[in-house]
Amino acid sequence: MTRLLIRGGRLIDPKNKVDQELDLLVEKGKVAEIGKDLTPDEDTEVLNARGKVVTPGLIDMHVHLREPGREDTETVESGCLAAVAGGFTAVAAMPNTDPVTDNQAAVGYLIREAIRAGYARVYPVGAITRNIAGENLAEMGEMIKAGAVAFTDDGHCVGDAELMRKALSYSRVFDVSIIDHCEDPALVGSGGMNAGLVATRLGLPGIPSESEEIVVYRDCSLARLTSAKLHLAHISSGRSVEILRNFKAEGVRVSAEVTPHHFSLTEEAVEGYNTNAKMAPPLRSSEDVAALKKALADGTIDCIASDHAPHHYDEKETAFADAPNGIIGLETSFPIAYTELVEGGVLDLPTLIMKMSVAPAAVLGVPGGSLGKNDPADISVLDIKTRWKIDKTKFYSKSRNTPFHGRSVKGRAVATVVGGRVVWRKLEVREPSD
Amino acid sequence: MTQTMLFNRKHLLGLEELNREEIQLILDTAEPFKEISERQIKKVPVLRGKTIVNLFFEPSTRTLTSFEFAEKRLSADTINVNISQSSVVKGETLVDTARNLEAMRIDMVVIRHSSSGAPAFLAERIDSNVINAGDGWHEHPTQGLLDMLTLRDHFGKLKGLKVAIVGDVVHSRVARSDIWGLRKMGAKVGVCGPPTLIPGRIEELGVKVYPHIEDAIAEADAVNVLRIQLERMQSNTFPSLREYNNLFGVTSKRLEQAGRDVLILHPGPMNRGVEIDSDVADGLNQVILKQVTNGVAVRMAVLFLLAGGMPAAAAQAASMRDS
Repeated sequence: MTRLLIRGGRLIDPKNKVDQELDLLVEKGKVAEIGKDLTPDEDTEVLNARGKVVTPGLIDMHVHLREPGREDTETVESGCLAAVAGGFTAVAAMPNTDPVTDNQAAVGYLIREAIRAGYARVYPVGAITRNIAGENLAEMGEMIKAGAVAFTDDGHCVGDAELMRKALSYSRVFDVSIIDHCEDPALVGSGGMNAGLVATRLGLPGIPSESEEIVVYRDCSLARLTSAKLHLAHISSGRSVEILRNFKAEGVRVSAEVTPHHFSLTEEAVEGYNTNAKMAPPLRSSEDVAALKKALADGTIDCIASDHAPHHYDEKETAFADAPNGIIGLETSFPIAYTELVEGGVLDLPTLIMKMSVAPAAVLGVPGGSLGKNDPADISVLDIKTRWKIDKTKFYSKSRNTPFHGRSVKGRAVATVVGGRVVWRKLEVREPSD
Repeated sequence: MTQTMLFNRKHLLGLEELNREEIQLILDTAEPFKEISERQIKKVPVLRGKTIVNLFFEPSTRTLTSFEFAEKRLSADTINVNISQSSVVKGETLVDTARNLEAMRIDMVVIRHSSSGAPAFLAERIDSNVINAGDGWHEHPTQGLLDMLTLRDHFGKLKGLKVAIVGDVVHSRVARSDIWGLRKMGAKVGVCGPPTLIPGRIEELGVKVYPHIEDAIAEADAVNVLRIQLERMQSNTFPSLREYNNLFGVTSKRLEQAGRDVLILHPGPMNRGVEIDSDVADGLNQVILKQVTNGVAVRMAVLFLLAGGMPAAAAQAASMRDS
């Protein structure tokens, strides 16, 4: 089959201002034709998208694939399969692997593994510093030549302001984003959750939101100083949003992402010492959640990214203080975002699609987020009508550390197309009655 | 006390989840058990045949021996698992340690652990009764209970009593259990200490925060003095022990200024000259050793009730003589 016809779906392509029922024909991995009632020939595979939404492939720009080093929790293959099952055609892979992705060989490895797996595309994010030790710059140029799209020491904050300044300044050679995990480690201390009433009651050390806000302010100031591109990972606090809004208004080149867990859960999720509510930065207050939603609506926050962080069952099956930070998100990101934001009246669906495809593609400087003629055929086919319950036992990811098990949601991938190939489809694609 | 009321819980993980009636029940049940420790032959057969494991991941003299005495005086078979000599050193997880013990058929686990939530974690995964002997900063329910029993002994009631907790509140499981227990019994609770050692949003638990110890003492019927640990100084929560004592030490001079008798409690062990001066610790208004004695009775009551003992039978049990 040389062609693919996606028929009868509601095509939402915000970049090209399309939102209507249209057929989409794919040929040789690119969008060939868009129109009404396109007819397939015998060489065309037909994908029935009636009653479904057809969008530019969703891109998750913050994913930990755990390979190399922790293949017991996830691999490039399992992570990319989880991605397409979640509706993502591409992911940006974080460098805090073992060994760290701080050189061209490691970057090349990830890209090759992703191609071999044949599911989602992987855009490696290289480390800012060698071994993420926070001391010496890693070879950005060599990594970019090998396919890296941005740089971060994620997992760690770039603690030294002068180093951050140099990294931002140097990145201007390539005009790529420097991504920071904004958390002052000294203020975080041994904290495992948001500082507040719940932490006091549970007897757990708390992390004040100032630990993030201070670094947000610092990084935005340095971005202004260097005129570099800065991206703030997983913003969790309402005050961070205010700071960001002001710097954006000044014209500083800063973008930001938020995770679905940060806009759908609060610190109350930690009740009962739930280690699947433990992540960095922590879940915060309902005021913060409201501010994050508002920031998505007014554009202060550009992207939604999951911070998919697989952990082994044994690691999370322990006392709260001893559990590692992080939860998986590739297979819950779209349903949570759709239910909380679109059903919740915060964003309309085209805007949500922008946050999950157009904006991440722009920040990373990669193709995507558009389904115009000749655009790469990375396409998500989504069901937004059926209510379903998240079931972690059915995840494609190797890991199960999610707080969303059992949650009733709407929004689900039913087929995912990468480079014109249907790389994943949900087994029972029920056709709703016309 | 309702004669027919049963204690319906499987575990004692904290005082936060108990209601007033349950706390009252435990304190009332402890009364007859006090007397057993005063006898020559300190034993009653009520828990004969029960196997209890003391799983202490943190060092303890006071709480461990108190539990051990309580268990033995009720005729239970007890084992102390010394963590430093156990397979935990080899990397065995908490759950595996407990399940392996359980496979030897035990009835109850008394656990002390440095992580808040560890007893709850265990209780969800094993079949035995779990008793929290102190978890991280979270709770130390039997300490809260013995503090309340001691206060009740002295004042005849808990309702309306004004209690100040002084010292390192943020790291204190004793403080948290006291707050929950006392508030439920209708007492008024205040806390006092350096701001760096007072937990955030604690007022929302119905507790008054006193910046200065003189004010805390002036309004208190009783003061519970918490131990100051040397490590706290090294993490910059206050500059020196001398300064701590100058500003927050419970001294006889400060108590005199109150102009009336203020009862002094301390969970122990004491740092004499730091949080409490020796003349106060050894003085007439302290009940520190009575706390220790009451501790055994309270723990006997807790073990008895969790094992399914009928409260009405406690008095009867206490009157039994082991021949």
